[in-house]
Amino acid sequence: MSEQLQRMRRVGADIAAKHAGSVDAEARFPHEAFAALKAEKLLGVMVPTELGGAGASISEVVALCHALGQYCGSTAMIFAMHQIQVACLVRHGLQSEWHRAFMRRLTSEQLLLGSATSEAGIGGDVRSSICAMEVQGARFKLSKNATVISYGADSDAIMVTARRTAESPASDQVIVPILKSDYRLEQTSTWDTLGMRGTCSIGYWLHGAGDVAQIMPLPYADISAQTMLPTSHLTWSSLWLGIATDAVARARAFVRAEARRKAGTVPPGALRLAEAVNLLQLMKSNVVAAARQYEAALASPELLTALSFAVAMNNLKTGTSQMAVQVVNHALLICGISGYRNDSDYSVCRHLRDAHSAALMVSNDRILANTANLLLVLKDDPGLFP
Amino acid sequence: MIRDVIREGGGLAVDIATLGDGDDLYAAGLTSHATVNLMLGLEEKFDIEFPDRLLRRRTFESIEAISAAVTELLDEKVAA
Ligand SMILES: Cc1cc2nc3c(=O)[nH]c(=O)nc-3n(C[C@H](O)[C@H](O)[C@H](O)COP(=O)(O)OP(=O)(O)OC[C@H]3O[C@@H](n4cnc5c(N)ncnc54)[C@H](O)[C@@H]3O)c2cc1C
Repeated sequence: MSEQLQRMRRVGADIAAKHAGSVDAEARFPHEAFAALKAEKLLGVMVPTELGGAGASISEVVALCHALGQYCGSTAMIFAMHQIQVACLVRHGLQSEWHRAFMRRLTSEQLLLGSATSEAGIGGDVRSSICAMEVQGARFKLSKNATVISYGADSDAIMVTARRTAESPASDQVIVPILKSDYRLEQTSTWDTLGMRGTCSIGYWLHGAGDVAQIMPLPYADISAQTMLPTSHLTWSSLWLGIATDAVARARAFVRAEARRKAGTVPPGALRLAEAVNLLQLMKSNVVAAARQYEAALASPELLTALSFAVAMNNLKTGTSQMAVQVVNHALLICGISGYRNDSDYSVCRHLRDAHSAALMVSNDRILANTANLLLVLKDDPGLFP
Repeated sequence: MIRDVIREGGGLAVDIATLGDGDDLYAAGLTSHATVNLMLGLEEKFDIEFPDRLLRRRTFESIEAISAAVTELLDEKVAA
């Protein structure tokens, strides 16, 4: 296990897990866990070493999300969403002085980045914007009615999408990091949900401003296809796998305890546990294969911008989001009433509630419709190994 | 001919007649969803099939780029 992963496991076991119950019950930001993640310098791991980071690969970040997901789903989701924003900066901001300086600050001050892509009036279609950049000389202004900005109140900067100009069509978007000192948030909704309660994904009107140099140079369409979508689906899938893994660990402990009590007989839950472990392995294979595929694609613009790559990443997301619920549900059936109780060591209630967010965090139906459209032109792939 | 297909399937926010051959179609409102329609329209019109290696965003970024791809596929067809 890498030293980084050990530090993450420590934060997870010693801090995130301890506060997971109250974060969930009170739907509050996991302050304790983030203080620890910042102290361990885990927020800037993906930033190149010359800018103060650790130059972590996407696989390493995926492993960190997976580890943290085993202790607290909300904490892991916030960590993942932050890393997705960092990935966009690292992949597309290294040529720009402003973004390099920002990444330096990010690592030295351990800044937490939020995201405002969803917008009122467009549903979950994040590849469209209503709001637009208002550029005057070297400065821009923008106002966005963001339906959801997770941990908006605790972010140090927010990456915001908007139309390039007031005249641009809805799909011609840019993305820009805006600093906390340069935006004002006006709360428009609350966050009292089934699960992922600690993400505090509240709606806000965001009024922001900044220098034109802050706008990421590449169109958001490219940043989205090459980086934001694949890293979202990979980091999310790995933390959902983490949630499922912990649920199975509880089911396993339950079955073992039963086996010990009645030595010589195989407990009835053992068979279902075998099924759950089987599903978990499928889920894990999905995540690992997709991470490898992404890393291979990073070395080749051909692979990275191919429709077949987009389909593979879509499939990762729709597949693992459904399996997470399935696996946790198996764990619930195995642990029975002990799993159903909120106050038992075998409880998988929070796991199940958190896992249910996976299918709607960018709606699976929307993603499947997108895949269906791509399949109209995509040819079959008869090969086995890439 | 390519302009006709774009007018029918591209779903652009502006009239195709106002665009030059090198202009960015994505800036004119072409979405990835509409790119698929566009591709199907071109396959039908020119009786060609886009191989996976050409199924990339950049293939459809301008009339010029589309024209280059279509010409390449038509040449391959003649050679075959
Ligand atoms: C825990 C959590 C945290 C989040 N954090 C953030 C954040 O920090 N920043 C941010 O910007 N967003 C965030 N989101 C929002 C997320 O990215 C999605 O935009 C949002 O979940 C989609 O909301 P929706 O269900 O209202 O929208 P839609 O995607 O519009 O879906 C609504 C319904 O319509 C159907 N539907 C709509 N359009 C289509 C279509 N084209 N094809 C098929 N079916 C369709 C869907 O199946 C669904 O049933 C978060 C969401 C969650 C759950």
